[in-house]
Amino acid sequence: MNLTLKIWRQRGPQDKGQMVEYKVTDISEHMSFLEMMDILNESLVEKDEEPIAFDHDCREGICGMCSLHINGEPHGPDRGITTCQLHMRTFKDGDTIYIEPWRAKAFPVIKDLIVDRNAFERIQQAGGYISVNTSGNTQDANAIPIPKLDADLSMDAAACIGCGACVASCKNSSAMLFVSAKVSQFALLPQGKVEAADRVRNMVAQMDAEGFGNCTNTGACEVECPKGISLDNIARMNREYLKASII
Amino acid sequence: MSGFLSSSIARKVAMALSALFLIIFLIIHLAVNLTSLFSADAFNEASHFMGTNPVIQFAMQPVLIFGVVFHFVMGFVLELRNKGARNVKYAKFNGAASSTWMSRNMVVSGAVILAFIVIHFLDFWIPELNTKYVLGDMSGVLPGEEGYRYFAELQHKFVPVWRVAAYVVAFVLLGLHLAHGFQSAFQSMGFNNKYTKCVKTLGVIYSVVIPLGFIIVALFHHFNH
Repeated sequence: MNLTLKIWRQRGPQDKGQMVEYKVTDISEHMSFLEMMDILNESLVEKDEEPIAFDHDCREGICGMCSLHINGEPHGPDRGITTCQLHMRTFKDGDTIYIEPWRAKAFPVIKDLIVDRNAFERIQQAGGYISVNTSGNTQDANAIPIPKLDADLSMDAAACIGCGACVASCKNSSAMLFVSAKVSQFALLPQGKVEAADRVRNMVAQMDAEGFGNCTNTGACEVECPKGISLDNIARMNREYLKASII
Repeated sequence: MSGFLSSSIARKVAMALSALFLIIFLIIHLAVNLTSLFSADAFNEASHFMGTNPVIQFAMQPVLIFGVVFHFVMGFVLELRNKGARNVKYAKFNGAASSTWMSRNMVVSGAVILAFIVIHFLDFWIPELNTKYVLGDMSGVLPGEEGYRYFAELQHKFVPVWRVAAYVVAFVLLGLHLAHGFQSAFQSMGFNNKYTKCVKTLGVIYSVVIPLGFIIVALFHHFNH
């Protein structure tokens, strides 16, 4: 199939950047989206042009590195997948495809389609951990009884790969789905309850300091999340935060 | 505490609490309005009570005004800050793929409701304040006439087509605002349990019934004056 691509090009963080149009031909519907990007980049290199910079790593849908905003949606029009799992059969011959980086003040563009997602790292460092003595006499985790439902909900929250699609899809560029998943995965387990109050306070404070917007419960993040992280986590984070701040 | 109130979640919760307060107020307002469909006397009595009872006038009314002003100011402030969180816009943004129009345009429906409230205050509330507290006439009776004036004033206001049309448009937007806002307020406060489905259903019913009730009252008096 032949496609018209409108891709964001930006030489560096200080560059203003712009959408640039490219034509790609003879694209197989069996290709993944990133393979299509590879082919475009090969053709650019052959023409002595700068290839398009985009994030990717495992290409198996689990690392959270790929991050393209495709035709107005993070990770493209399919549900429950990352961009590397998106295939060209989703598109039709002759389509025009918009490819842009995640857009948020807290995710500044480094180059072309690559954004700096270290804001997520700093939020994690603010409290996304449990303090465990690992000196060699660590207690067996299975010795602590945990209700099956709590374990399942915690595991569901832990499925978050921190790709940032929630921020990209939110009209407010809010990071609350990500932060709530990280808060929830610990808050639901006995090991995480010990530091739950400090954790939620510190992580929310860091989230606010990074300049993410505020959640207005549109639910776009839940729909676009490649890992199906539920909005229930945001309600849980709100609860945890109120508990930690008032009681 | 000041740190708490400046946090994103605290602001969400403050929006939700003021919203729930206004949701309760709308029920009371509609209940009084609906009496006008069945009995002019009942509407007159209810209006006079609400307009002259000191607890309602001097305790509940200021709280209500504060709630309304707070909800609008906070809503617009949050919208501006949220807009600022995305300094470069997308060339293509397909919001409809993942969220409802209502949820993405609360500020639009909110602005229409604000415009309505301005008209509504000019129509009813400010003349009431003028009569009662500037002119000092707490009787609720027009000079030289018998019986309370409220029902006649209500009917008179809904004679012009433009006002009825403006009210109906505003109530439709109020319905859309509530369709997202009702369940959103509960989510913001962290309410999420086995009753969440009930809350969502209740929100849909509320967002249809309340605006529809106000529309019926406006239309009824337009066609029955």
